[in-house]
Amino acid sequence: MSHDHDHDHDNELDPFAARVRALETILTQKGLIDPAAIDVIVDTYETKIGPRNGAKVVAKAWLDLDFAAWLKRDATAAIGSLGYTGRQGEHMQAVFNTADTHNLVVCTLCSCYPWSVLGLPPVWYKAPPYRSRAVIDPRGVLEEFGLTLPATTKIRVWDSTAELRYLVVPMRPKGTDGWSEEKLADLVTRDAMIGTGLARGPA
Amino acid sequence: MNGPQDLGGQMGFGPVAPEKDEPCFHAEWERRALGVTLCAGAMGAWTIDESRHARESLHPADYYGSSYYEIWIKALEALLKRHGFVSDRDLAAGKAVDPAAMPKRVLKAENVPEVLAKGGPCDRAIATPARFKAGDLVRTKNFHPTGHTRLPRYARGKQGVVEAVRDGFVFPDTNAHGQGENPQWVYTVVFDGAEIWGEGADPTLTVSIDAWESYLEPA
Repeated sequence: MSHDHDHDHDNELDPFAARVRALETILTQKGLIDPAAIDVIVDTYETKIGPRNGAKVVAKAWLDLDFAAWLKRDATAAIGSLGYTGRQGEHMQAVFNTADTHNLVVCTLCSCYPWSVLGLPPVWYKAPPYRSRAVIDPRGVLEEFGLTLPATTKIRVWDSTAELRYLVVPMRPKGTDGWSEEKLADLVTRDAMIGTGLARGPA
Repeated sequence: MNGPQDLGGQMGFGPVAPEKDEPCFHAEWERRALGVTLCAGAMGAWTIDESRHARESLHPADYYGSSYYEIWIKALEALLKRHGFVSDRDLAAGKAVDPAAMPKRVLKAENVPEVLAKGGPCDRAIATPARFKAGDLVRTKNFHPTGHTRLPRYARGKQGVVEAVRDGFVFPDTNAHGQGENPQWVYTVVFDGAEIWGEGADPTLTVSIDAWESYLEPA
């Protein structure tokens, strides 16, 4: 189900906007929340924490075998060493794509997602079409993202039913020998780290 | 509970609709909805498990007819009422009318970076050894609790293999209902596609869940 409120502006007439504003007003008047705290939270996820974090983790793992081994063994610590910690990234697992196996992450029960490395989840990740079909028809889902895998590629779907949060480490694209970490990170898309895409090839 | 949230394998929702260059928020009210939800949670009156249960307790028609932030706000109103912070009279008036319960804490703007960076780890030390080890064959329980659970319907009564023993984690099935953390070992259990979906399953598919120990029995 796509988003109900897909207009790109907001106004007083939108009943749901009014409902949220009323709730914020009530809680603020009662001294239960600090509206300035909301501003900081929003700014954090809009400008500071996003898939660029995860892309740096992946690029480093491509270049540094010791880091990749650490990421495999203790993803929370390895990712934390780059400064990415905190809410919805407290218990991280990194899963590595190989020539044989493609990994795909879903949360069928709600919207569990590794915020510390990918930011807030996109609407489709939280919506019924993806959550219902990723576990039963992953190839069909991947086709809708424009990704057709060879029929022989094994698909492993990780349903995030507990507090572990999964980061897919896509395969490093060919033709990127000698690339810097920064340049490699530009190839690592959000979807590649969910498993609904691959890393981009060199242009 | 066998509620609207338990979506794995359900049909009829149509194709996934990825949005190109999707913005972080689609309306200003979504920004406020995220912030209000996190600030209210920071009062410490309920757990993440209780908030998940509040969302899945929406009527299925309401759940499926709502965007995700709408689900969050509807559940948040229920939580705030349950814990005495907001009344129906407040909501009807659109302003504070009735007095509120005392929160454990109020999240101030200057503390937000530290609180977000710390998160809310829910691993807990467990004194008893793990019952299962990697490689063990297990079967998930077939049960239908009316309260919160994190064992999806599609993975109940299925045989799988323990792939990894994780840590001890707070048990959502009790924690969601104020019945304590009761931590248990959590395992990653992997199933063949055919074990779950039977005839016509993708032969290249395996699916894993993260399962609390009491969801599992030796196979």
